[in-house]
Amino acid sequence: MGSGNILWSLAKNYFTVGLIGLTISDRYASVVPVRGTSMSPTFNPQTSTFWGSSIDDCVLVEKFCLEKYKFSHGDVVVFSSPSNHKERLIKRIIGLPGDWIGTPHSHDVVKVPEGHCWVEGDNSLSSMDSISFGPDLLESVYAALHISWFVLM
Amino acid sequence: MRAAKYIWQWRSIAKQAFTQTSIVAKFLCLLHVTNNYLCSSTLVYGPSMLPTLNISGDVLLVEHISHRLGKLGPGDVVLVRSPVDPRKIVTKRIVGMEGDRITFLLDPSSNDSCNIIVVPKGHVWIQGDNMYASSDSRHFGPVPYGLIQGKVFMRVWPPHSFGSLEQ
Repeated sequence: MGSGNILWSLAKNYFTVGLIGLTISDRYASVVPVRGTSMSPTFNPQTSTFWGSSIDDCVLVEKFCLEKYKFSHGDVVVFSSPSNHKERLIKRIIGLPGDWIGTPHSHDVVKVPEGHCWVEGDNSLSSMDSISFGPDLLESVYAALHISWFVLM
Repeated sequence: MRAAKYIWQWRSIAKQAFTQTSIVAKFLCLLHVTNNYLCSSTLVYGPSMLPTLNISGDVLLVEHISHRLGKLGPGDVVLVRSPVDPRKIVTKRIVGMEGDRITFLLDPSSNDSCNIIVVPKGHVWIQGDNMYASSDSRHFGPVPYGLIQGKVFMRVWPPHSFGSLEQ
């Protein structure tokens, strides 16, 4: 009887902490690991170290920007990929709605449509970004919606 | 002696205030998680989903489980964040999933010209039931699946059309 009570109160505590943690990570801030080298040297500056694999950078992302959807040039954002909604990408915003972007590969000039933005990785050699899938949807940016602020480690 | 009594009273008041605030905070967290991950209600209005939804406003119950599990399909009425203005959420019906070939009328009130399109990977094609007064995928193209916010499963207001959305 006693152990049942202890288990029940433990379960209630875990549930409460889980709810509060989920709310905070949805509304205010959360921590996201950065995989891949498409944003080096900003994140994950080296591909591999002497002893095999390097530790991924972890970043703190804030969600206050999602209230008004106001982003500016140069912001690093985390968003879900338009071709696979389960995959999250992290890139830098280069163009906001109404900007004209010159694509180096096709010698074309593209105007970023309303509600969209153009993102590019800092390491243009190995980066899947707006160059490959057109003006990235601002709303997909908003679907995952985070702006990274600090590198934690 | 008096100071100690005041301090003790002040501490007990502060402790009570903290308990009440934490109860309210826990309730708000529960509300947020329920609204975002389980079920919520929305007021929708506008002519683009006539005759399914009224023009003057309906209150709908929306569930947020199916789109996370990938169980949406053609015919579902969904809430989608608008690709042209991310601050707006629109209600439309899914007509095609990725890989489907869609034939649609561009401007049914003026002519009969139609286009055929294949929905790209990771996107869905949404259209309003009232094709004469709806701005949907025919105008802004296929919408990424990640923009879907939830699936409508029931209407609760007005009371004479309480129940599921099927006619």
